Parts: sequence; structure tokens; C-alpha cells
Amino acid sequence: MRKEISRRDFLQTSGALVVCLSAGSFMEPLARAQGPFDTHQSHIDPEKLDSWLAVGADGTVTAYTGKCDFGQGMYTVQTQLVAEELCVSLNNVKLIQCDTAVTPDQGTTSGSQSTPTNFNTQNLAQAAATARETLVGMAAGKLGVPADQLMIENGVVSAKGGGHVSYGELIGGKHFDIPVNAAAKRRSPGEWRVLGKSVPSWDAVALMTGTFEFVHNVHVPGMVHGRVVRPPESGATVVRVDEESVRHVRGLIKVVVRNNFVGVVAEKQWQAAQAAKDLKVTWKPGPGLPPQKSFYDAMRKEPSRDVMLVNSKDVDHKLRSAARVLKATYLHPYQAHGSIGSSCAVADVQADRATIWSATQSVYPTQHGIAALTGLPLEGVRVIFVRGAGCYGLNAADTVSYDAALLSQAVRKPVRVQLTRQDEFTSENYGSACVIEQQAGLKASGAIEVWDCETWAASLGGRPGYDKPGNVITGMLAGFEPEAIIPRAATEPAGELSNGSNAVPSYVAGCINGKCAGAGSIRSERVLMHMVKSPFFTGPLRSPLRLQNTFAHECFMDEICAYAKADPVAYRLQHLREPRMIDVVKAAAKAANWDARPSPGPGVARSGIVTGSGIACVAYEGDNGYAALIAEVEVDQASGTVRPMRFVIAHDCGPISNPEGLRNQIEGGILQGTSRALGEEITWDERKVTSIDWQSYKTLPLGIQVPVIESVLINRPEVDATGAGETAITLVAAAIGNAVFDASGVRLREVPFTPDRVQAALSSRLKPA
Amino acid sequence: MMAAISLKVNGQVHTVDVDPETPLLDVLGDELHLRGPKFGCGLAQCGACSVLIQGEVRRSCVMPVGAVKQQEVTTLEGLGTPEKPHAIQTAFIQEGAAQCGFCLSGVMLTAKALLDENPKATDEEMREAMSGILCRCFTHTRMLRAIKRYQKARA
Repeated sequence: MRKEISRRDFLQTSGALVVCLSAGSFMEPLARAQGPFDTHQSHIDPEKLDSWLAVGADGTVTAYTGKCDFGQGMYTVQTQLVAEELCVSLNNVKLIQCDTAVTPDQGTTSGSQSTPTNFNTQNLAQAAATARETLVGMAAGKLGVPADQLMIENGVVSAKGGGHVSYGELIGGKHFDIPVNAAAKRRSPGEWRVLGKSVPSWDAVALMTGTFEFVHNVHVPGMVHGRVVRPPESGATVVRVDEESVRHVRGLIKVVVRNNFVGVVAEKQWQAAQAAKDLKVTWKPGPGLPPQKSFYDAMRKEPSRDVMLVNSKDVDHKLRSAARVLKATYLHPYQAHGSIGSSCAVADVQADRATIWSATQSVYPTQHGIAALTGLPLEGVRVIFVRGAGCYGLNAADTVSYDAALLSQAVRKPVRVQLTRQDEFTSENYGSACVIEQQAGLKASGAIEVWDCETWAASLGGRPGYDKPGNVITGMLAGFEPEAIIPRAATEPAGELSNGSNAVPSYVAGCINGKCAGAGSIRSERVLMHMVKSPFFTGPLRSPLRLQNTFAHECFMDEICAYAKADPVAYRLQHLREPRMIDVVKAAAKAANWDARPSPGPGVARSGIVTGSGIACVAYEGDNGYAALIAEVEVDQASGTVRPMRFVIAHDCGPISNPEGLRNQIEGGILQGTSRALGEEITWDERKVTSIDWQSYKTLPLGIQVPVIESVLINRPEVDATGAGETAITLVAAAIGNAVFDASGVRLREVPFTPDRVQAALSSRLKPA
Repeated sequence: MMAAISLKVNGQVHTVDVDPETPLLDVLGDELHLRGPKFGCGLAQCGACSVLIQGEVRRSCVMPVGAVKQQEVTTLEGLGTPEKPHAIQTAFIQEGAAQCGFCLSGVMLTAKALLDENPKATDEEMREAMSGILCRCFTHTRMLRAIKRYQKARA
């Protein structure tokens, strides 16, 4: 049973924490009566050390983080960080993640930002360094020995000539009452004992033995069950709800209607499911959907909000004078987060306050959203993160939290809402569909002189943030508007290059007013982005836009290489100038034993199974991680099936916190990217989405022939830490597409590379030019 | 229609008062507060709800609780405990074969049922057995290594 905890509990009951840890029960919350909040009102000042760390009387360290673990290992590495900086053992650190009552507001856990945010010289890392220096200073006073003659072992500070004092004795149970010191020195990577090591994931034992608590497992006293009834087609609105139609459902508590939001609440989950199925709702049809077949063309004709990222203003002229101009258009579909567990949340909304147990990536923004939806004062809403199934971005975790809050408020009981698989597939915010047009002008030497890129991305809603609950479906159904896309022409780029979406290819110089922050050397450059209104909700999906853009850039680079009859590795290196990019490309080529020659390979057979290799590389978000990926594939030219056999990646994320954890992320990213490249695509008819289950939305199951994955980890202890959760996946579609070209001479410009599309491309190859 | 239903789960007999049409998964999660089997799709397409019934792997999301009768149900937490994990759980712990871990009931119980029945299962047979199991974190490499480790350990 879930009980609430407060920050004060960790100072007062750290003895209980030790028992908790030694029993191996990482996840079980402290048993504590559900009382009034004692620490709300954005109350947790990140400038104060006490907001991040507390030391119990027994020396146990409790750390508070606003970056939570969705299965990517953030809990483990943040525990390592705190243990490292404070010189205590891992078992003496208890991490509390993402709870609006007790953790600092660190916004959203997303975008490969957790490591850069908490592992460099601010926030959690800096707080831990401050605490260590402070404790050493206190020990120096107490022992009468200069600080530089003290050593720390597992929370005990001792003098070389004898005498020691523990953290618990120094400050146990008391507040530090000092600010985080920006000048506190972090332990250098050379001294690391637990950070940088392959510490096993904190949750492994609980997960493998089925005892881990997911949000789906949360039970609170008096909890009942809700289901939602979503519009049967996009844009449909409620005309009438016939409550009589579910009178027969035993255990039914209430039919809830708010604007176009419809849900049911019943004593048991099965009863709620029956009521949701049987409830007769008369819907006014929506406006219909644009034909999928011509959607990419239609996107390009929509009014758009434009951003010019870089513009050297000589592009048209250079294209006219180039020795040769190449052009290609790349297409990327909407894709789903497709969490393995349909989303779930529990809400307990009372007259003046609410508690939400949610798998959201954004507890504070969700707190604001729930306050707006329920009309409750912000300080009365507490959102507690409890892990759900892997989300990979904005899945339906936020929207189901809203669902639970609306239903709980209507019945004044705690309500658990479980979305169905169809709800999940039609409720979530898809990764955007994109069209990317590329043009390049070549010099007579074959080198690239000018690169011109124009992209269209479809967008509706997105993360609700602090003030846009309408950005996810439940908020919109309940009457809030999604953020509007107001068409606007681009202005000329100003300031420094911002490549957060990887819209700018790695090979251009990225110069704005003489300052060049791109990874490449091409000086004639133009990148124009158009945001157009999407008929479906969209939002961040692992490597949002970065993946789509990189697919287009890296495949186009490969097309240019092929035209120039150049080796794809050497030609890339010729146009790169960022040393970390050059290093990953070289390291991947070396590890893969890359065969330096132009693509396609010599004497490509026109039938049977052919094999080939392709490379892609990226400076993720411009400067948030570097990687190069080589894919080796088999193409079965009879069936059109593409089978990746081996991947080799070189990966640089600065100092590595946990090498095995990093490998796990890289391998997962590569295979998830493979699934997305080969089969995943949202489909629709003239009225509704038709990819609504695992038969209509294709994912690679465990029973595939799993390719070999070799990861070369480049550790750079001397630089800032970058993210690592999205770099690998960004490269996969491009590397596979380039390998298919190498194998067969066929260029795939539309994801996913389904057997039908591959076959069509292969057969068009057979026609005389 | 509600009925008192007696159910043997992980070696213990429980009596629950539910509609016999209720999916077994709801009873395991909502009534018995077990955490192993999960609601993934409710359509028997992903495997997250898997349990063993008399040693055979079954999808509890589409199985009415009334159909279980006297058969013994084992969930992931019924195999071993955090203190004393089952050999397949140990293999998965040693390989670090999870990310979010939501799919593990399907992965581990399906592999266990296969290898209990066919200890010398070939790679091809393993792929066949796992062809209806989904992991969306795509922890495939580690999971397959863990299954092989278990196969070796139990031989």
C-alpha cells in the first residue's frame, strides 16, 4: 500500500532507511501516515544545499533529484555520483526522485539532459561536492587537524595521526543551512572509486523477481478503477452520453463527462472495462483526415512557422555555378512510443488537495496541469513519480495522469486508470512526420561546395509544460487548447548556431555573423525548417527530429559520396572539422575493419542475398554526444527483407559514469532504431488511426535473429559529461539505408524500409535508366 | 455475476469474490497485489502478462479467472525471491538483462517453460518460442544471453 513521505522523514527516520536498504527493498516507500503536506510551495530552493542532500544521524545520505529513472539507469548513476562525491558506499545513499513535495524542480527528465544537468558542475553534483567540503571543514575543526591532512572512508573522516569523526556525528539529523558552493571542487575522475564503474543496476533484483513497484502496481486505500472512452475518430465531439446503456454493469460508480472527455469509474477494473465498452456515446464526426498516400506532399503546402538556422546567403548563386548539383527528398513517418505497458496512473483528488502517482517525465509541469484541470490551488497538488513501462519520450503517461485526476475528482475517491492498448496508440503524442529536401553543389574536384536543406515537420501539442494542458489529448478533450502553430516567415539567423534538432548537417560550418559552431567545413550553407500543423498530437519521441534529420543528412551524404565515387568514411572525414566527430568516425571504421571503397560494392548481384556496409555519424544536438555507427546488412532481393547482421558503434559522451549501463543503452537504442527503421509507422484511413495494436503497428519481437553489436566506448574524463540515451538510435536508419545501398545499389529514401518498399525500389532499379 | 473463486497462486490458496469472466491478470494484480504479471496490451500480443499454469506459459490478460479452476498458477515472483532467486532470475541479474523491465514476465517465463520442456533447445527453437514476446526497450542482446546462461546452468 502506498503512503506518502515528506522530506523531514528522511532526517528523522534514517534508521528505518537502513533497514529498508539492507533488506534489498530499494523501492518500497517508507511507511508513513498520509498526513498534510509540510513542505509544499515551490519551496525547494536549488541554491540551498539542503534541497539536494540530507545526512541522517547514522550517516545515511539521502539525495533528492528531479531527474528520474525510466529504465535507462539514472537512479544507479546518480547514486554512484553522490556516493563518489561524498566518499560513502553505495548502500549508504538513498536517492529520492521526482516528487513535487520533496525534490527540486528540475523540469522534465528528457532530451538526454539528465547527465549534463546533474553530473557537471552544478545541481546534484555540485551539491554533493559542497557537502563533502563542508563536512571535511567541520571535521577539521572538531579534530583540530588541517583539512588537507584528513581522509574520508565511507563517511568517516579521519586524521593521519589518529582521531576520527563520522558524518552522522558531524551533522546527522541537522540541516546544513548553507548555499550550494559553485567553487566546491568535484572529485577528479582519476580519484573515482564508484563513479565510472560498471555498478549493477539498482533495480535488477527487484525487476527479475517480479517485486519492483511500477505505477501499475500502486494501490492506495479505497482505490477504485477508471477507464476512458476516447473519440472513435480524430476530432469527434460528444453529442450525447447514454448513461442508461451501462446501468447493468455491476459495480459502476459513475459515468463522467467533461466537455469531450468521457470516462467511467467502477469498483473493479473489469467492471470499468465493461462499462467503457458498453457505454453508448453519440459522437459528432470529426473533420476527417488527409489521405495518408499524399500526406507528405500535403505537408509541404501547409502554412508554416519557419526558422532559418543558418544562411550564408550565397547558396543560390553557388548552386547555379556548381559543377554538379545533387538533390534528394527523404520521408519519415509518424511513429509511436509504443510503451510495452499501456499507460496507467492513480489519482486521489479531494476537495482541497490531490495526490497523483504518475510515470510522467515532468512532475512539476504535471502538477501545474492537474491544478489547471481540477481547479485546485497549485500547492494542493502533489505529483509523485513512480516508474511506468519505458516511455522513450512523451508517451501517454501525462495524459493518463490527467484522466485519473478528472475521474477521481468526479467520484471523490482514489482512482486508478489503465489505458487499453488502443487508447495508448490513439492517445499518445507521436514522433513527428518529416519531409526533408536536400541539395548539394559539388566542385569539379568532387568535394562539396554548398549544402542546402529544407525540412517540414508536422506538429500538434507536445509537452504540456507548466501552462498548456491542451497539448495532450485529455487536456484538449476537457476544453484546453493545444499550443497553436502561428505561421510566420523566418528571420535571419542571429546569435550562435543552435542545432538542438540536428537540422544542420554535420558537414557544414554553421557560421552566423562570422562565428562558426558547426561540426563541418562547408561554408556555403542554408538550413530552413518549417513547422506545420499536424492532424495528430505529436511530441518528443526518442531523438525527436534529430533522428529524422540525421536520417536525411547521413543518407544524402552517402549519395554524394557515391556520385563522387569516394569512400564514405574518407569523404566524411574530408568534410568534418570537429575533432570528436573525426575520432568517432575513425574509431568505428577501425573497429569494423571498414573496407575503404566507394559504394555500392563491386559487381552487385541482381538477385539472391547480397550484403553491404554503411556508416552514419552525428554530433547529437550539435554538442551533446558524438557517435559513428556502421551497419552490416543482408538484403534478400527476392523478398525485399533487410536483415542487419552486425553493428559497430564508436561512442563519446565525455566521462563515462557506468560503462555497462552505457552499453545497455547503446544496444537498446540500436535495436529500437532498427525496429523503427524497418517496420514502425502510424497508419490511418480517412477518419481514424488504424495502427492500434501490435499486429497493425510492427515492432521487432524477441524472436528475431539479433545482430551482433560491438560498442567502442571513448572515455573523456577531462571534458563535461553529455547525454547518451539518444545518440545511438539517431544513426540507425541512416546506417542501415546506406548499407542497403552498398549491398544492392538501391537508395531507400522513405522510412520504414518495409519489404514492399525495398522490393519496389529493387524492381525500379532493374528498369533501364 | 460475482462468485467466490478459489485460486492456487505461488503455492498459496486464495479466495476472491469476482465475476468469473474477470481476466486472471486483474485478479493477480488488483486482488492479490502481485507485481510480476503486467498489463501490456490486454490482447495476448505482447507477453507482459504471462504466468505459468501447471508449468505452461499462458497469457493472463485474456484468460477468465473462472477457467483456471484447480490449476496451479505461478507468477514471476513465485519462481524465487530477492534473497533466493530462481536460476533463470539469477542468470538475468548476472547479465543485467533489463532496462525498464516491464516485459520480464513474458521473457523469463516463456524461456523457462521452453527450456523445462526442451533443455537442449536450439537457437532456432528459442527464436520460435520468443517470437510473440515484445521488449520495447529492445534489451534483446542481454536477454538472449541470459537465457543461454540459464540453459547452460540448468544442464
